[in-house]
Amino acid sequence: MRRVLDTGLLIVALGVIWHVLAISTSEALVTPAETIQRMMAQWRNPRFLPHVLETLNAFGLSLLFSVVGGLMIGLPLGLNRLGRAVAEPILVSIYSLPKITLYPLILLAFGLGMPAKVAFGTIHGIFPVALFAMNAVANVAPVYLRTAKVLRLSYPEALRTVVVPAAIPEIVSGLRIGFSLTMLGVIIGEMFASQRGLGFLLMNAIGLHDIATMLSVILQITIFAVIGNTLLLWLDRKLKAKL
Amino acid sequence: MSAGHLRHAGWIRTGIVAGLVGLLELACRLGWLPRRTIIPPSEMVSELVRLLLRDEYWGDIQATLTSVAVAFGLALILGFAAGVVIHALPRFRRALDPFLATYYAVPFFAFYPVFIVLFGIGRAPIIVVGVLFGVVAMIIATLNGLDRIPKALTKTAAILHLSPLDTALNVKLPAALPYLFTGVKLSIAYAFIGVIASEFILATDGIGYEIAYAFNNFQNGTMYALMLFIIVLVTCVNAVFHRFEQRLIRRRSR
Repeated sequence: MRRVLDTGLLIVALGVIWHVLAISTSEALVTPAETIQRMMAQWRNPRFLPHVLETLNAFGLSLLFSVVGGLMIGLPLGLNRLGRAVAEPILVSIYSLPKITLYPLILLAFGLGMPAKVAFGTIHGIFPVALFAMNAVANVAPVYLRTAKVLRLSYPEALRTVVVPAAIPEIVSGLRIGFSLTMLGVIIGEMFASQRGLGFLLMNAIGLHDIATMLSVILQITIFAVIGNTLLLWLDRKLKAKL
Repeated sequence: MSAGHLRHAGWIRTGIVAGLVGLLELACRLGWLPRRTIIPPSEMVSELVRLLLRDEYWGDIQATLTSVAVAFGLALILGFAAGVVIHALPRFRRALDPFLATYYAVPFFAFYPVFIVLFGIGRAPIIVVGVLFGVVAMIIATLNGLDRIPKALTKTAAILHLSPLDTALNVKLPAALPYLFTGVKLSIAYAFIGVIASEFILATDGIGYEIAYAFNNFQNGTMYALMLFIIVLVTCVNAVFHRFEQRLIRRRSR
């Protein structure tokens, strides 16, 4: 409980700092109050909700592809020492590439719209999920794997009943990073390769120098990301405590 | 699997990457992939060599790399300092946790126009975005590193009556170093992302700007050459850091 209170206090403190900054730099920022007013105005506008749904839709699809794809790459590689030794540096270097550089390629390949955004979200999210899953599986105690072998479990059975349960806390840590980066990827995709969604509204606001809309959109993205992450963090802690 | 197999991992990896590049080349040459979408890798390379031999893009390259270097340096110093301070304040840290964990979901380069108003046009707002992107990776790594210092080490330092400064420099820092290095590695990757993303949005120079410019003007050759440049450059930088990190880990496990 105290923890929630502390986080609340921190939010208030950040709000105060923001307010002071906004007042002292008159042109560049607007106050938190004005931002929230703009947010409410946006929600009253019937044309706003479709943008939100568009972004949620793109985010959901990207997250699905990132998680399923990442696990399909990471789990088998983690069980194979040679596969892991070969793949890890490749995955790490793709993970840390500034993938925004690739946006012209994605645009040329997928055109403007939903497929480009989902592709962009997925290339951001899939590699951290794969890397974490791979390392999680590689760190599973060898005793479990030998037990699975002794019990003559088939490969899918061993994955489902032994490997994944043993590795799940670390896999969830990977999902958390995947969640954040997929979100970032979808928003970037919308900023550069879309006519719809929150990222598009953001880019539009940047072009029009409409600071209130910019801050309102960023604030809403942040709130959504904090909630999603807090849930995953809670799940993470719970799973780790169980071990 | 024997260690003998693992020795060949590097060769297998090179083979896979070369095979994929060769496949892309073939797909482009045979017309499976249309030229307006992607050009063959060999043309990207020859175009890049041509561009680098002319003077045109060296200014942009220099501008981008300088910004990344400055942003990276600032992110390291600020991130480490902030990490040490936050680590000393456990209550503040617990309150901050959800924000640190979510930080990278927020597209901070969207603030770039605000920074232009605050810091003026030029490299300063771009560097600020680079620092914002890089600094939190370093804060998280610093917290993690300080958490993982074994109690036995700090107790030993206390028994030996080391001064706080000696304990910090000779006991705590070496013990936390591998974790700090993870932060260093991520910081530079994020500094690149922040700088290049900002250049895409509103800049007047830099490699990111030139890629966006070439894209808008249908100059696929120039665009892919510059993209290749960034990818190769970042991969090399990461490889150097990765190697360094491996050495740190090996020295530690000895």
